[in-house]
Amino acid sequence: MTERTEATDRAPPRQLTYAQALREALVEEMERDPRVFVLGQDIASHGGIFKVTDGLLGRFGRDRVRDTPISESAIVGAAVGAAVVGARPVVEIMFVDFLTLGMDQLVNQAAKIRYFSGGHAAVPMVVRTQGGAGGGFAAQHSQSLESWFVHVPGLKVVMPATPADAKGLLKSAIRDDNPVIFIEHKMLYFTKGPVPEGDYLVPLGRADVKRMGQDVTVVATSGMVPRALEAAEQLAAEDIDVEVIDPRTLLPLDTETILSSVHKTNRVVVVVESVGRAGVGSDISALISEEAFFDLDAPVCRVHGRFAPVPYNERLEKAWMPSREQIVDAIRRVLT
Amino acid sequence: MGRAARPAISGDKGRTNLSTAALVSMYRTMYTIRRFEQRSLDLHKQGAFRRSGIHPYIGQEAVAVGVCAALGPDDLIASTHRGHGHAIAKGADIGRMIAELAGRRDGYCKGRGGSMHIADFTRGNLGANGIAAGGVPVAVGAALASQILGTRKVAVTFFGEGAANQGVFLESLNLASVWKLPVIFVCENNLYAISIPAALTLPLPDVAIRGRGFGVPGIVVDGQQVLEVYGAACMAVKRARRGEGPTLIECKTYRFEGHSTVSPVPRRPAEEVEAWTARDPIRLFEQLLDAVEGVSTEALTKVREEVDLAVEAAVEFALSSPEPEVEQLFEDIYA
Repeated sequence: MTERTEATDRAPPRQLTYAQALREALVEEMERDPRVFVLGQDIASHGGIFKVTDGLLGRFGRDRVRDTPISESAIVGAAVGAAVVGARPVVEIMFVDFLTLGMDQLVNQAAKIRYFSGGHAAVPMVVRTQGGAGGGFAAQHSQSLESWFVHVPGLKVVMPATPADAKGLLKSAIRDDNPVIFIEHKMLYFTKGPVPEGDYLVPLGRADVKRMGQDVTVVATSGMVPRALEAAEQLAAEDIDVEVIDPRTLLPLDTETILSSVHKTNRVVVVVESVGRAGVGSDISALISEEAFFDLDAPVCRVHGRFAPVPYNERLEKAWMPSREQIVDAIRRVLT
Repeated sequence: MGRAARPAISGDKGRTNLSTAALVSMYRTMYTIRRFEQRSLDLHKQGAFRRSGIHPYIGQEAVAVGVCAALGPDDLIASTHRGHGHAIAKGADIGRMIAELAGRRDGYCKGRGGSMHIADFTRGNLGANGIAAGGVPVAVGAALASQILGTRKVAVTFFGEGAANQGVFLESLNLASVWKLPVIFVCENNLYAISIPAALTLPLPDVAIRGRGFGVPGIVVDGQQVLEVYGAACMAVKRARRGEGPTLIECKTYRFEGHSTVSPVPRRPAEEVEAWTARDPIRLFEQLLDAVEGVSTEALTKVREEVDLAVEAAVEFALSSPEPEVEQLFEDIYA
């Protein structure tokens, strides 16, 4: 089997949606490895509410494509149990908000088993879920809870922002021997982008420079990546050259790529959709302050969701989310 | 359903086809658990562990031994915070167990887990658990993998009547039933959740009846009679291997000691304590072995002496094991 990574030859551009790219990753991994199976609510004949698992049932059958009861704790727990005895489950939790119901199994079980077993056990499972605001789903279906999982040694946390990354990262997550929380963004499912065909892997723990620039570094995650790129394009018209870095994996975090960009630009804006307190944005900001303080020409600036439950009303929801304008303002601030 | 199932398997040997040697081996395991726990309690009292403490299994030995005797070496168990008995019944090395209680490098978790996290994957023990009902869905998942991968392994989850009030227990019972998974739910109803009597938290005296709502056969057995537990477990294993799905076995038993070495023994009615301790599972099995099997008192005394020596050797091994190095703090977080 020849594996293609981004470092080597890229396939000719072929446009897929983020959802299609994820599906392609699942299909390829299920074909490659009979131990891989998927389970979750409405994922079999319905194909998942965002259609990521559409067609898997017909292809792989009921044994490996399983609709589950509405029992997040049992579903996540069952994935843990299946993983420790040699299967490779991929759970779909419909909304990351619902993962609150499976927290014990993730935090107290999945994340600890390898450590407790003295290194004898592995937990090769993936929890695919989606989060984020922007769809009018309100406060129990729109949260960005990735910081909770980043706080737990033993888990890995991935947030792809493009179709290509979605495919390459999901394939790597499925092949990883550790529990991986794979958080998709609901507003990205129908975005399109070039996706390499075949066995394309993006390694976990490696950031991607989504746009090269000299003047300021913007570190953005998930749904904030396209927004940061829009801000960068807007500022390019004013001759402000913005570098946009997408960590892609929050745990482990590619600190080297972030720090070397800061070393070059000396100015940083960190953009995340989650609320500001005790979040991934604060974490990255602290990293830069601690490790690259003398590279900085201005204090690190954070842009993040407002500290309120995500509201339903469109106007309010827009006010809640970090906007392109806010990112532009933040960039101007660190440049002055 | 319920007690109606009891007469099918009684405490007498008649209906099991175990050899005398196999029965004596079960006795040996029960006594090993008892001795292990007594010595661990001593060591804890002497300050040899210097850590939070242990949850002794004394009084419940017939459950772990009866269930695990019905399993093959490749079958799987998910255990509880009161897990020493399950680990020993599934073949764990008692030296490595005590080393773990002492937080030493040769412990099952390299000293990083302690009593509540001993796991032995080489013997199918997926681990003790610090969360009530935490291991229940894990066993269900192990059974799911068995079904998908076609390994024919059966998984057992042990849990207390206290854990039966966790939502995930009911979720797991339901999931196992709709998917007909080869899993056995073994409830050890020892009448107390730390200090709270079961009567205050269970509206009905039996947990087994909860199976009915999920289409899972629920059986109540005398958890002090090892052969009664064994018989029920054999039946459940057979059902599981035939693809007929899960069984819920409730073992009525009693925690002779307190909840743990760091919590006081709860106030329990003297007549209750007396009635249950009079039904010590090891004494009951000794009587049975003598009356039905003709195993002499001397023969059993010899078994106990051998076990005592083995436990002392285990203690010696454990206490001479080195402390972990600080660098080991960061080992084995990821595969």
